[in-house]
Amino acid sequence: MRTIGKELNKPRAVVSTIASDAHTWNLVFLQLLLEEYGFTVRNLGACVPVEELVAGCLKERPQLLVLSTVNGHGLIEAPGYIRQVRERAELRSLAVVIGGKLNVEGTVADDDIQMLLRLGFDGVFATADSVREFQRFLTHLGRAAAG
Amino acid sequence: MIGLGFFGGRVAGSGEMVVQSRMGFSDPVRMLEGLRSVRDAGVEAVGTITLDSFTRTGDLRRAREELLHGTPLNGFPLIAHGAAMTRELIAEFDQSIFPIQLRHGSARPYAIFQEMLAAGITATEGGPISYCLPYSREPLYAVVAEWARSCELLAAYEGPGGPVHLETFGGCMLGQLCPPGLLVALNILEALFFLQHGVRSISLSYAQQTNQQQDIEAIRALRRLADERIGEAAWHVTIYTYMGVYPKSRKGALSLLGQSARLAALTGSERLIVKTVAEAFRIPTIGENVEALKWAAAAARDTALGGAHDDGHDIYQEARTLIDAVLEQHSSVGTALVSAFRRGLLDVPYCLHPDNPNQARAIIDPVGRLQWASTGGMPIAAYSPARTARISSAGLLSMLDYNRRRFDSHDHGSPRNDSDPDHVYKEGNNHDDDRAAAAG
Repeated sequence: MRTIGKELNKPRAVVSTIASDAHTWNLVFLQLLLEEYGFTVRNLGACVPVEELVAGCLKERPQLLVLSTVNGHGLIEAPGYIRQVRERAELRSLAVVIGGKLNVEGTVADDDIQMLLRLGFDGVFATADSVREFQRFLTHLGRAAAG
Repeated sequence: MIGLGFFGGRVAGSGEMVVQSRMGFSDPVRMLEGLRSVRDAGVEAVGTITLDSFTRTGDLRRAREELLHGTPLNGFPLIAHGAAMTRELIAEFDQSIFPIQLRHGSARPYAIFQEMLAAGITATEGGPISYCLPYSREPLYAVVAEWARSCELLAAYEGPGGPVHLETFGGCMLGQLCPPGLLVALNILEALFFLQHGVRSISLSYAQQTNQQQDIEAIRALRRLADERIGEAAWHVTIYTYMGVYPKSRKGALSLLGQSARLAALTGSERLIVKTVAEAFRIPTIGENVEALKWAAAAARDTALGGAHDDGHDIYQEARTLIDAVLEQHSSVGTALVSAFRRGLLDVPYCLHPDNPNQARAIIDPVGRLQWASTGGMPIAAYSPARTARISSAGLLSMLDYNRRRFDSHDHGSPRNDSDPDHVYKEGNNHDDDRAAAAG
């Protein structure tokens, strides 16, 4: 991996959820997983308002933002989050992914996934196999950064 | 004689264990239908209105907006619907027979409690620690202050159904992987906080964990400490069916539920909050909730009260040490709690809240008991210093999935008679009794 200065020795990731979501086991797990993939992780914890998320990203300048939510309100809140992240020029090329249980129904329609991708997410992981898919994404991201 | 109110009185007056679901729908018609179905389920049940997470986090604008759009929310938006509408909605329920508990999950519940009382509901739950650290990012000192005035609001209520009943959620921290000594301590500390702010009709809570024998010991320790420390209150104990990663199979889900019902019955616990077969996938339907209530009631009915030979002495000692260390901090329980977390005397494992030290770590030992891998700055001992190695993501996942794996497996380690709610628990003959698990 190319590095500029000592602080960039390790890639940085921000782990977050949405404002209405109080679940954190998903965030604890993702932190450990990302650390195993070599990231330094800033974990923002439960119920993160979009302003705090944007401020956190501007401060940390991560290579990856992982939004994880399991309370069923993901499809309602995530569009506002990605819009506000992409509004900032500094964060326009940041890799941003979302995963979890995104609605209260149990399965997420393909149209909804396409909508999230159109709004600027680089990955949507909302199936039973989402952890493995996310790991493949991380491997790919690592290779792209190294190349 | 301490007044019990509708909710506390209903639970105390029932000859058998009272069962309860977590039901909450944003559509009032569906909410009403759900409450009716529980009332008419033919079991000793109380009603529940669970709030949506926009309301619980104080985003009332969003709750109103989504309600107007007809988006299904994950609970009942009490404030958006308003007290007048809610009061009308539940008018058909005689709450002296079928009281309703409002479950809100809010770190800042004052406005919710005002609306709740105006709607004619006099039972609720939470606590300054249990609804702050796991579920919010609000500073602990501010949440403690808000809960103090919120308790005082509840205590001042003198209308029908009073005194207001308040359940501490301290026995459910993060749902899983919190050793029972800390769960018991937080229960008693929150109950003492409620008492100090005038609330006298109280319930304590305990969430089923990963070893039935350890859970029995924990609940015995909890009851013993409640007898010793909160004698001024009228109290009962409510058990929560496992709150962590839930089995996917119908058989596994019902088996874990049945085991929690037996746990509650064996320990003389007065109330049980159930989980359903849909738990692993989505918010359950009304029908799935009613099925769970019936299943649990049947399992509890056929379980005799256990003997007092497992007094849970170790858990009792650990909890007592923590409680006393906290109370030494200050005569105000709220101030003492804030100070204890700042000094590391309390530390909830894996809890990301900025005011939690997050140095303590828990693990599941080979027989399924929760143990301290590290106790951070708490004045209690860790299980084994050799086990303080970093927990990997796979290791964490494996612990989080412990009960799912165990109850979804159909060969060894799976409970006997697991499709049969009439199965009677026998000591030493249960799948997660220490000996049996060690042998398996």
